[in-house]
Amino acid sequence: MDKVQNNKAWFLVLPVLVLVAFSAVIPLMTVVNYSVQDTFGNNVFFWEGLGWFQEVLTSERVHAALGRQLAFSGIILAIQIPLGIAIAICMPKRGFWASVCLVLMALPLLIPWNVVGTIWQILGRTDIGLVGYALDKVGISWNYARNPVHAWVTVVIMDVWHWTSLVALLAYAGLQSIPQAYYQAAKIDQASRWKVFRYIELPKMQGVLLIAILLRFMDSFMIYTEPFVVTGGGPGSATSFLSIDLVKMALGQFDLGPAAAFSIMYFLVILLVSWVFYTVMTNLDKAEGR
Amino acid sequence: MNLNWMAWTQPTAIFFIVIACLLLIFTVLALKFPETPRRGILTIETTRGDRLFITLLGSAFINAGWLALSGLPQWWALGICALYAAAVFRWV
Repeated sequence: MDKVQNNKAWFLVLPVLVLVAFSAVIPLMTVVNYSVQDTFGNNVFFWEGLGWFQEVLTSERVHAALGRQLAFSGIILAIQIPLGIAIAICMPKRGFWASVCLVLMALPLLIPWNVVGTIWQILGRTDIGLVGYALDKVGISWNYARNPVHAWVTVVIMDVWHWTSLVALLAYAGLQSIPQAYYQAAKIDQASRWKVFRYIELPKMQGVLLIAILLRFMDSFMIYTEPFVVTGGGPGSATSFLSIDLVKMALGQFDLGPAAAFSIMYFLVILLVSWVFYTVMTNLDKAEGR
Repeated sequence: MNLNWMAWTQPTAIFFIVIACLLLIFTVLALKFPETPRRGILTIETTRGDRLFITLLGSAFINAGWLALSGLPQWWALGICALYAAAVFRWV
């Protein structure tokens, strides 16, 4: 059945548009204005042209931060997506234990970012933290404040602990929506467990997994609070991801012009990635709907 | 209304006015001449609005790339963007 088109429905979106104008569009316009000027405070600005963009685009510091950011997002996606699927498959499908699992899985998602950072900052300490103390006792001198590898491992494990549940819950929802008839057909054909996963579960979870990848990518690409609380972007700049570097530039150094140019490039990358994911998802829906 | 805090400049104001006019023109076009989405070389369904978005986003990256790599006047990048826009509206 064809959908009825009524353009008057657009007026219902008007309140959201007004809200977005104040919360996003006007601040973004201000950032664009800042990006072509220089300021020393007191609301006095000097024309700079495209100089800040050139500086940011050719800056080794920004390139390094982008590299670290992509590496971080890549690593956490490579861990969280398979792990989330595995957990979802292992979770009970119904009954008391299904509810217990769901509540337990949802717990890390409810904890605020800065609390997660503090938890892992304490856990990793060798004097009062369980993980740091245990590692120290087995001969690994754990120090995320001095050793870049330790800092990375801590930040990655923290993110995996915090967000794998989200992937697991989404994958679980995807699994629950598969009709029993598919499994019965697979049983009749004597399909192996792997084949059931590969040809039934994985294709049926495709939609939710894409959403999970999009959410996790975007969130990890913007990560700030957790690594800031644990490592402060250090040691050196080993865990200075894009947003941490951006805040250092904007608030630490008060370089508002370069920071604004940096934000716009950051925004464009996020916009591009979101558009690619959105396009893939909507086309997938249309392909399934046909 | 005092807009000093937004640090407006003439070039950025022109930039946003152009974008706003483009959005307005495409909204009016969509209302006056409704169209069905089509599939082009990207094999995705696109409407005129989608093609405008692809053009604007691509133009931003063309300008950034030009600024970072070429060292030549930025106006030339605008020329490339115009060619890119024509290509997007013709084939995407």
